[in-house]
Amino acid sequence: MTQAAIQADASDAMITMTGVGKWYGAFQALHNVDITVAQGEKIVLCGPSGSGKSTLIRCINHLEAYQEGEIRVGGMLLGHQSKTIDAVRREVGMVFQQFNLFPHLTVLQNCMLAPVKALGLGKADAEERARQLLERVKISEQAEKYPAQLSGGQQQRVAIARALCMRPKVMLFDEPTSALDPEMVKEVLDTMIALAEEGMTMICVTHEMGFARQVADRVIFMASGAIVEEAPPAEFFSNPQHERTRKFLGEILGRH
Amino acid sequence: MGRDEFVFLLIGLKWTVALSVVAFICGCIAGLIVALARTSGITLLERITAGYIAVFQGTPLLMQLFVVYYGLALIGIRMDAWAAVSVGLTLHASAYLGEIWRGSIEAVPKGQTEAAKALALRYFSRMKDVVLPQAIRISLPATIGFLVQLIKGTSLASIVGFTELTRAGNIISNQIFQPITVFGIVGILYFLMCCPLTIYGAHLERKFAASTR
Amino acid sequence: MNYTLDFTPVIDGLPSLLSACLGTFFLAICGMLLATVIGIGGVVLRQSPIKALRWLVIGFVEIIRNTPFLVQIFFIYFALPLAGIRLDPTPTAIIALGINGGAYAIEIIRGGVQSISKGQMEAGLALGLHKAQVFRLIILKPALRAIYPSLTSQFVLLTLSTSIASAISAYELTSVSQRIESDSFRSFEVYFTVTVFYLVISWVMMRIFAFFSARYFSYPVK
Repeated sequence: MTQAAIQADASDAMITMTGVGKWYGAFQALHNVDITVAQGEKIVLCGPSGSGKSTLIRCINHLEAYQEGEIRVGGMLLGHQSKTIDAVRREVGMVFQQFNLFPHLTVLQNCMLAPVKALGLGKADAEERARQLLERVKISEQAEKYPAQLSGGQQQRVAIARALCMRPKVMLFDEPTSALDPEMVKEVLDTMIALAEEGMTMICVTHEMGFARQVADRVIFMASGAIVEEAPPAEFFSNPQHERTRKFLGEILGRH
Repeated sequence: MGRDEFVFLLIGLKWTVALSVVAFICGCIAGLIVALARTSGITLLERITAGYIAVFQGTPLLMQLFVVYYGLALIGIRMDAWAAVSVGLTLHASAYLGEIWRGSIEAVPKGQTEAAKALALRYFSRMKDVVLPQAIRISLPATIGFLVQLIKGTSLASIVGFTELTRAGNIISNQIFQPITVFGIVGILYFLMCCPLTIYGAHLERKFAASTR
Repeated sequence: MNYTLDFTPVIDGLPSLLSACLGTFFLAICGMLLATVIGIGGVVLRQSPIKALRWLVIGFVEIIRNTPFLVQIFFIYFALPLAGIRLDPTPTAIIALGINGGAYAIEIIRGGVQSISKGQMEAGLALGLHKAQVFRLIILKPALRAIYPSLTSQFVLLTLSTSIASAISAYELTSVSQRIESDSFRSFEVYFTVTVFYLVISWVMMRIFAFFSARYFSYPVK
């Protein structure tokens, strides 16, 4: 690779992870992970439980500290000082498996909190932004309700809107549909598909292979804390290269 | 502090134990009646027992002992301090245990009562064979917690004039002028009674939490 | 039986009984504040990496919870002068109430801190909020809500146990009523009336606590 190519690559890339390693005490959770995600690209991360996929995306917004290699988000080096961590977190939205809406705030307040407190936005602007995004996830009529009054699918759509209120450049999804009743999975996936079509850069940890086929530019398969294989979905599903990938796909697709 | 003084404390300890046992046993019997009345579904009974519980939970135990002590004398029942304090502590225990057990009776799933009804069991059998065995299991940690409160509460009998452990400590302390030593030992004696119960209660609570998870 | 109730001494003593109620409130409120401070400090020490400190807190909690308040108040009453601290009965009673209530508060607050899920913390951080903001805006209210019922019922118990401070003649309702009783020998009348006073005091306390609960913690939970 020429010098010019590296430059171009770096400026295009939204996220670059180079040689990232992470340990919990003596246990190594991530081994030498290299990933580059271009702007607008959609990545689906999959793998058996304990393979390190959640740990990996949690490193991108530094919910987990990594000990080796480097992570760049939108050109910024994600160090371990709180200043750069905060800067990165303002650019990166995250959606959790357990929604993690704040129970003591209404839907609207959940969406307004961080824009006001972390971005310094005025209340009126934050509210306008929140209402717009709640409209977009088709839940605007629930704005004054509290999280406990919503169904799981509705809560997760609010969580997506809440993350979008920060106008993030990247969205991370950590098994967003795993805690949902089956009949609610679709409404959340539809929201995610709509987001993808608008050009959001997304990294999704999910076992929804239909979603991966439809939306992903690349599917990355992890096992034991390392990347085993990555390919565009058509190739990944029709012609997996590794034995572990085949075994995993057999289990997960056979189940459906 | 000499051997004689320590023996005097132990005699006081004996009365503390006696008072606790009597008040707890009588309190359990009366408390069961309170709990059943409180969950009877009969509005009047429920109101009366709710008021009974609220009065005992809303006033100091010391005042309850005073009122019972002088109130019994007033209606012509002449009792020595020991009997009057036993009655006072029993009433106190019946209200607290009644409230604890009301909670546990209500914590038994409704389906249990419905299933018992569907099996044609009458009220007495429904309670004795189905609901209460489960309720008692649920209530055990809180019941033991209250027993510890009750043992500590018997110390207030000393203010009414009954010579149990704390009053024995007061008497000795006034004789030998070593209040720190005396009340230190008195405290240790209470601790030795209460701590095993506290540990057992916490153990039951953990066990129960683990089995319902 | 020819005893007739006579409430005259009670009525005559009403002004001093009512101002003694303020003494009870004063003891109770100071005791609650001290208990809260001890409770928070105890929880912080209880999480300390130093093992000896953790065991110190555990030992403190268990000693206080497994001995009668009356014995504790006597012990403190006699121990403070030995430590060179000379205090009137009322401040002594406040210290005893605070220490006793603090031991229970430690256990209650610790439970509240443990009840908050790690996910709430992470969601706040992921939104770009600082740790202090996450604590203040996200953790604090649900944690307070979680401990509020047990903490306030503990405070009602603390209020009731101020009556035990009469044993060292602190200024409060029970000791004043004992004085009226010994002057008049109308024991039942005096203690009955004072019991009603206590009922009103604890009822007022509970209403105040419920008012704050309805105002600040009224969001629905599953």
